[in-house]
Amino acid sequence: MLMGNAKTLTKLVVVTLLMFGFGFALVPFYYKICEATGINSGGEQSLVNNTQVDTSRWVTLEFDANTNTALPWQFKPLQNSLKVHPGQLVQVEYEVVNNSDRAIVGQAVPSYGPARAAAFFKKIECFCFTPQTLAAGERRRMPVLFVLDRAMDQEVHTVTLSYTFFEMGAKAQTTGRLRVSPHG
Amino acid sequence: MTDATHAHGHDDHAHHAPPGGVMRWLTTTNHKDIGSLYLWFSLIMLFTAGSMALLIRAELFQPGLQLTNPDFFNQLTTMHGLIMIFGVIMPAFSGFANWQIPLMLGAPDMAFPRMNNWAFWILPVAGALLMGSFLLPGGAVAGGWTMYPPLFIQGGISYDLTILAVHIMGLSSIMGSINIITTILNMRAPGLTLMKMPLFCWTWLITAYLLIATMPVLAGAVTMLLTDRNFGTSFFNAAGGGDPVMFQHIFWFFAHPEVYILILPAFGIVSSIIPTFARKPLFGYASMVYATASIAILSFIVWAHHMFSVGMPAAAQLFFMFSTMLIAVPTGVKVFNWVATMWKGSMTFETPMLFAIAFVCLFTIGGFSGLVLAIAPVDIQLHDTYYVVAHFHYVLVSGALFSIFAGIYYWLPKWSGYMYDETLGKWHFWLSVIGMNIVFFPMHFLGLAGMPRRIPDYALQFTEFNQIATVGAFIFGFSQLIFLVVVLKAAKGGVKATDRVWEGAEGLEWTLPSPAPYHTFETAPVMK
Repeated sequence: MLMGNAKTLTKLVVVTLLMFGFGFALVPFYYKICEATGINSGGEQSLVNNTQVDTSRWVTLEFDANTNTALPWQFKPLQNSLKVHPGQLVQVEYEVVNNSDRAIVGQAVPSYGPARAAAFFKKIECFCFTPQTLAAGERRRMPVLFVLDRAMDQEVHTVTLSYTFFEMGAKAQTTGRLRVSPHG
Repeated sequence: MTDATHAHGHDDHAHHAPPGGVMRWLTTTNHKDIGSLYLWFSLIMLFTAGSMALLIRAELFQPGLQLTNPDFFNQLTTMHGLIMIFGVIMPAFSGFANWQIPLMLGAPDMAFPRMNNWAFWILPVAGALLMGSFLLPGGAVAGGWTMYPPLFIQGGISYDLTILAVHIMGLSSIMGSINIITTILNMRAPGLTLMKMPLFCWTWLITAYLLIATMPVLAGAVTMLLTDRNFGTSFFNAAGGGDPVMFQHIFWFFAHPEVYILILPAFGIVSSIIPTFARKPLFGYASMVYATASIAILSFIVWAHHMFSVGMPAAAQLFFMFSTMLIAVPTGVKVFNWVATMWKGSMTFETPMLFAIAFVCLFTIGGFSGLVLAIAPVDIQLHDTYYVVAHFHYVLVSGALFSIFAGIYYWLPKWSGYMYDETLGKWHFWLSVIGMNIVFFPMHFLGLAGMPRRIPDYALQFTEFNQIATVGAFIFGFSQLIFLVVVLKAAKGGVKATDRVWEGAEGLEWTLPSPAPYHTFETAPVMK
């Protein structure tokens, strides 16, 4: 009987150790299952499907970039035009270079053509939200993330987005009219 | 093996002159001593964690913060849960197993007496680690008994102590389970086949297998927490590419079987008591065995019903929902068998029987609210509300705890040799059963109305039901002092118990004198 006990003990200890290992084996097993079934795959799943896209029409977007003549910056969009559906999330990029030998703070001011499109141009992220400081000779790429509201008038087929950079600081203040609010 | 023979040899020496005082209890390898130690430990822990519950209920008597701050409140709920599960219910069932399994099987002792001693004596160490963490900077763990990351990865030193305590308690349970399985498989009296065993032994055999299968998984999960906390791994740490939801899967893979570990021995106790006081053999013995086994097997495939709200595909939700509902079938078999055992029996209503009947009725209520929670769309609404609190207290208080009370009243005369005070026992029963329902029944309504669990403060409209619950909690809590008095009185003296104790009692343990001698069945009895 006691020999039997030793055998049972050995078996049960082996089961215990195996189950301890099984606990750790659940880790790769979990990721394999998630991968095989497409559950929980690293956040892609979590992006909500945008159901607000109006695929029935196209709108041509034209991008324009200017600098105030007093500002020694080079400023241009990385794409001149883009065809999008209203409701679609769009990201475009602009590039700016400080050609001077000093750090300059600039503020971009947008304008829209036609002007009534402005109310439907919903920006989520834009370099124009904050003043931009560029060191001497610095080159920077800056994004604009936006949605063109699907409620925009049907007859508008082309929208132009134009940015103008102004230097912020003493000079701008003296001219007075060129002062911009930080959230312009 | 030599270990066990050696332990036996040592034991044989010891019982001629057992060491006195503390050393007797520290070094004991006697299953009756160890059974008593488990039960006393469990009783002390019951009052410890019960006091925390009363503090929680006192805080919730009215909205706003009166007695605690939110962090201390969270420490109380966490520790109340951990201690009640690992320090009260599980040790109490181990105490019953140690006392009763050798007596029921006609075995001289447990298979590995020395390991049995260790299995008990590491428990108070774990208890001290848990309780001691209240004194540390930052206080005790406040992350909930389920230990979910990321909260559990972020806490202070007491979180490490709790992980260590869980390791120790798991080790204790595993050693206890190995002992129980080996004793049941190898040390039954000649002629006592498995299918003739008392149902209590069956339920514990299956419970012990569940423990061996799941406790190591818990140990693994908390080890991963520990290395995430201290050694820079990222099993659950999202910042390092880990996944906190994975902890919930691994944890509940352990913790759902754990739920049955907390209730299957209760089924065994109740299945011993009801036939005695109905004076009829247990109805459907074989179906009881198969039902217990199927509950145990099903318990491994239903874990995700605890986490419907983390998000999973509809197919997975349906699978876990239906497999959970399936468990109602074997559980229903058991309830109907108990009712059928009582049917047309010549019943008497001594305290053990009262607790057993209350168990059948109230556990069934807890089972039904479990079925409600099994429905995924309903659960997403009720998740983490007081409805869940009501549900698991119906199965753990009026289920597991009531079965423990029933078992103590039932076997205490055999253990101490004295009858308990029946009048006090009845007072204890009625105050407990009324108090318990006043505490936990209103919680169903609170949960349905949307009161979240684990909060120290609540919206005004929940006030009345919370006040009712708090009044009930104090009735229930203080009536446990009656239980303490009954146990102390019956341990010291009183009316001598007869050998059979109960008129309808059947089984090997009742053939022994009362109190059961220090050494029993040194020569195995032969079963017909």
